[in-house]
Amino acid sequence: MTIALGFLAIILATLLGWLLKQSFNTQPWVAETVGETANQGPLGTNSRLIGLLTLLAVVSSFFALILSAYALRMELGDWVPLSEPQLLWTNTVMLILASIVFQWTRNAAVSDQLSRLAPGLILTGLLTTAFIVGQLVAWQQLQATGQLITNNPANAFFYFLTGAHAVHIVGGMYVWARATVKVVLGKGDDPTIARSIELCTIYWHFLLLVWLVLFGLLLST
Amino acid sequence: MAYVAIADRDHEIEHHDPQTFITKYVWSQDHKVIAVQYGITAIFVGLIALGLSAIMRLQLGFPDQFSFINPENYYQFITMHGMIMVIYLLTALFLGGFGNYLIPLMCGSRDMVFPYLNMLSYWVYLLSVIILITSFFVPGGSTGAGWTLYPPQAIMAGTPGVDWGILLMLASLAVFIVAFTMGGLNYITTVLQARCRGMTLMRMPLSVWGIFIATVLGLLAFPALLVSAIMMLFDKILHTSFFMPAISLMGADPGYTGGSPILFQHLFWFFGHPEVYIVALPAFGIVSDLLSTHARKNIFGYRMMVWAIVAIGGLSFIVWAHHMYVSGMNPYFGFFFATTTLIIAVPTAIKVYNWVLTLWEGNIHLRVPMLFAIGFVFTFIHGGLTGLFLGNVTIDMPLSDTYFVVAHFHMVMGVSPVLVVFGAIYHWWPKISGKMYNETLGKWHFWMTFLGTYSIYLPMHYLGFQGLPRRYFAMGNTEFMPDSAQDLNAWITMSALFVAATQVLFFVNIIWSLAKGPKSDPNPWDATTLEWQTPDNPPKHGNWGHELPVVYRWAYDYSVPGYKDDFIPQNVSPDDAPAGRDHGGAH
Repeated sequence: MTIALGFLAIILATLLGWLLKQSFNTQPWVAETVGETANQGPLGTNSRLIGLLTLLAVVSSFFALILSAYALRMELGDWVPLSEPQLLWTNTVMLILASIVFQWTRNAAVSDQLSRLAPGLILTGLLTTAFIVGQLVAWQQLQATGQLITNNPANAFFYFLTGAHAVHIVGGMYVWARATVKVVLGKGDDPTIARSIELCTIYWHFLLLVWLVLFGLLLST
Repeated sequence: MAYVAIADRDHEIEHHDPQTFITKYVWSQDHKVIAVQYGITAIFVGLIALGLSAIMRLQLGFPDQFSFINPENYYQFITMHGMIMVIYLLTALFLGGFGNYLIPLMCGSRDMVFPYLNMLSYWVYLLSVIILITSFFVPGGSTGAGWTLYPPQAIMAGTPGVDWGILLMLASLAVFIVAFTMGGLNYITTVLQARCRGMTLMRMPLSVWGIFIATVLGLLAFPALLVSAIMMLFDKILHTSFFMPAISLMGADPGYTGGSPILFQHLFWFFGHPEVYIVALPAFGIVSDLLSTHARKNIFGYRMMVWAIVAIGGLSFIVWAHHMYVSGMNPYFGFFFATTTLIIAVPTAIKVYNWVLTLWEGNIHLRVPMLFAIGFVFTFIHGGLTGLFLGNVTIDMPLSDTYFVVAHFHMVMGVSPVLVVFGAIYHWWPKISGKMYNETLGKWHFWMTFLGTYSIYLPMHYLGFQGLPRRYFAMGNTEFMPDSAQDLNAWITMSALFVAATQVLFFVNIIWSLAKGPKSDPNPWDATTLEWQTPDNPPKHGNWGHELPVVYRWAYDYSVPGYKDDFIPQNVSPDDAPAGRDHGGAH
């Protein structure tokens, strides 16, 4: 469980450290007016970002736990490593490109270059779909060579990890779709779209990071 | 563009009031309505679980007297009773019910930050309850694997519900976790972002602190349950071998190769231990507020109480294997976890001392919420002490899987937090409903419940010392159990049926109060916290009318020397405080 504990230690140290710092030198029983503005959260930024970051902590916990289970299982003597299909490298490139294009689209949205939104969003969608389709094809390739999920634990974890990651991408596609539909229907100047694209970009980068960690671990074990 | 806090741009945000009956009371995005929805659903399903426990006690007290109880359904009752009580009642009620109701009101905000997501979280929770209840009616019935759902038994023939029950249980848990995550996002973001002006973190009432840290725990711990549930579903449906070792089933080979049942135990308890603190921490926080309000005294050591809640939350992640001492682990492993378990007792004990010191020389009003709060302190001390026994590896060896453990966890999970639930409902009833309850009926409810639960669980510890194993349908003719143990079991059953029946008093009180109860004063307890200072009682949509409150002091200005009233609400500025002299910071 070391991976999960390590992740937890980082998250808890950050959160609890911030909380304790807020509380350290205070004397709550002294009544006084505190400042002219309401208290801001830890990052002094908008609530949707805090909500997304909380969600990312939950998703990270989820993956850290699967990886802990993976590490625990690997220690038992009968581990048979799986050789991953080459296609996964192509898929990785697709995901990297999707992140890059999303970042470019986000910069355009923030600097009000609305004409770039539609092509940016559509291209991101295509690249991400290419990634998901590529993952499914990789699964098919494995099944064709007889590497089924039931064969051995390495296979089972491979399918579980890649499947879980893909499910989270599909979830993100829901938010992407809502923003894209609005942009394509000509409502690109809606301020919520810029925010949506900003949050989506962070989510895509996060899932790319998760994928790189997963892929790296799968390759090396 | 700099961020402006929600409380400072309140006038720019468009506030829409719901108009129709459906949007006001059914598809409502108002946190108060959602809280009541959570509460009603949780209590309803909790009553089902209470009924199951009554049936179980009938078998234990009077074995083989009832033809409708057999070994198979007995295990189904145990499993559903445990799972419902821990997760679908206590977690949902404390976080979904009290969290939703209290956080915006106590923080001075109009609602949760993501009201639509909040509404969704309730309906997804309801879906998870429906899926769970459906498992009673599918072929084979619900799972009988114990609330801990240990593989390989959970998904192998011989355990009840192995065809459909276990699938529905796992699916229901997964759906619940989704609902909980949606709610949790709201509680975290609202506490961090939407506090009104002057409400610093260290001025928040301890109820909010307890619920807030419990939410952090839940968001980080529930994924462990989700991972184990998904892996077990894979093992069952797809025939993978995450947990299933290479075993033969009645001579045949079911095809599993080399899974690890211990892996499940690690994942489950990595969730399971923080889960009990997810239930306990909101109770701790609420009890602090009940005690200080009804004793007219500030909570003793507020900052230590906050740090203790935070410390308990953090430590709760490194004690999980104290549930696994008998799993065949390396003794050094057990030693490590016993140490951390005893360490976590320290901040918990500090909280107990502070509660007692809050009461010390306080102006105690033994009203119904206060009785329940004091009852909590008694029963929690009792249950916590037995936890120290079980936390030590050597003592846990003979006591594990006996009724000593059952008595321990019922005291700390079933009795103490439930006393807090009742105390909290009585305490905030005038705010939620605008009416007052009947004090006499409430007192009868308290005394019968408090003394009755002692009558159930005190003797149960002796059964555990005797070695009476838990999760046994019947003792049969085993010689090491004397006949008096069976008499004790019968006594416990009678007490349990008595306490279960007593709860009728609570419901009668509630219904009577709604139908005929007197209209309540907006702040009947003269409490300082913000929820009692709303312009309307019960609060309307938007909670605060045109202006958000501004906070100048902490939540515990009770019996402040030199002031006419024995309380000063949080939103009273030092200039307006009634007839008091200026303290100028010196204390």
